[in-house]
Amino acid sequence: MNNPPDISQDPAEHEEYAHNVQKHVRGYLTVGALLLAFTGITVALSYVDFGTRKANIGVAMLVATLKAGMVAAIFMHLAAEKRLIYRVLIFTGFFVLALFWLTYLAWYNPVVR
Amino acid sequence: MEIPYTISTRPDTGLWNAKIGIWLFLASEVMLFGGLFSAYVFLRLDAQPGEWPHGLLNVPVGTMNTAILIMSSVTVVLAWAALKMRRYRAYWWYMLATIMCGVIFLFVKLYYEWPQKFEHYGIFIKPGVLEKYEQYLGNNRRTEKGMEPRIEISGHLHNPEALKDPNIKEYEIGLDPVFVDPNNPSNDRPHFLYAPPTDHIAKIEKEDVDRIDSFGPWHSAYFASYFTITGLHGAHVLAGVLVFIYMWLPVSKRLYQRNPEHLANRVEVCGLFWHFVDLVWIFVFPLFYLL
Repeated sequence: MNNPPDISQDPAEHEEYAHNVQKHVRGYLTVGALLLAFTGITVALSYVDFGTRKANIGVAMLVATLKAGMVAAIFMHLAAEKRLIYRVLIFTGFFVLALFWLTYLAWYNPVVR
Repeated sequence: MEIPYTISTRPDTGLWNAKIGIWLFLASEVMLFGGLFSAYVFLRLDAQPGEWPHGLLNVPVGTMNTAILIMSSVTVVLAWAALKMRRYRAYWWYMLATIMCGVIFLFVKLYYEWPQKFEHYGIFIKPGVLEKYEQYLGNNRRTEKGMEPRIEISGHLHNPEALKDPNIKEYEIGLDPVFVDPNNPSNDRPHFLYAPPTDHIAKIEKEDVDRIDSFGPWHSAYFASYFTITGLHGAHVLAGVLVFIYMWLPVSKRLYQRNPEHLANRVEVCGLFWHFVDLVWIFVFPLFYLL
């Protein structure tokens, strides 16, 4: 979903513009309803035994990632954003993974393990 | 001097400046919460059997708070869309709804969820005497089933004076339901509905106790992570609410009359922050409440 375009200064075009934004509003409401539904699904799935606790965690994180993706793509307009924002986020993702990796290295600390 | 590119976009980036600013700020926020989540993951993976508690938080309340945050994300994006359509009255109501959602979220956290933890106690039994409390722990059956052992008995402490008085030789604790009927298979997994401590009082000798703590951050790595992450998240919710209140006050009306697009851009920036706060909670909720 794209961002609504900038508003026109021409009053004649304003009504059409408002109509376009209204379409986006319907999209926001749909995504909001989906997020609420997925919250219910997350809770329900946590009471289903998928065999191991790791499997349950995997399923819950999958649903949470889907929800987070919807918030980012639609509410935060990342589905259609400028290239500079994507570049910032790619760097962020890289450094977050590096951060997790550093914590993971602590497992190989011979002093405490 | 007028600040440039608050409304129009820079030709080189295609963005107005505050939008770049908020995304750089959110990138730093991702690192902040990312560090805490990585600590959570590895603390959990490293926990010894029975040391990572499950089912201690109130799931219906957590679900309600999740729904409230999601609804506030919808109302803030609707407030922004209302400004784009030049409907100030609708903006005002949507912003009020967002503020109310944030306030309710904080109220539930600070006046219900958190205080309850400090009145709830867990007694960790010394490994050598676990068998003595088998009637409360049900570990024989759990071992047979290949489940993690229970090493803690929790509930409402009836004689808190025992914490300080060395002459009192035992703790009297009103048991949580799971310890009243520990061999019931329905207690193998956490329940959806929260059940308060029962009137069934167990007496636990002090010399059998490894340690006793309320459910504060000092209780375990789980509660230390819980209070750190939800506390930091709560601080973000508070910051968002304060900014939204400013955006809702008459000062916003004056800005709207002067330049509505400028107010719309401000609301978009704050909205991005708010959606990020919602996004963090989407991961916090299952990790701490459900799994």
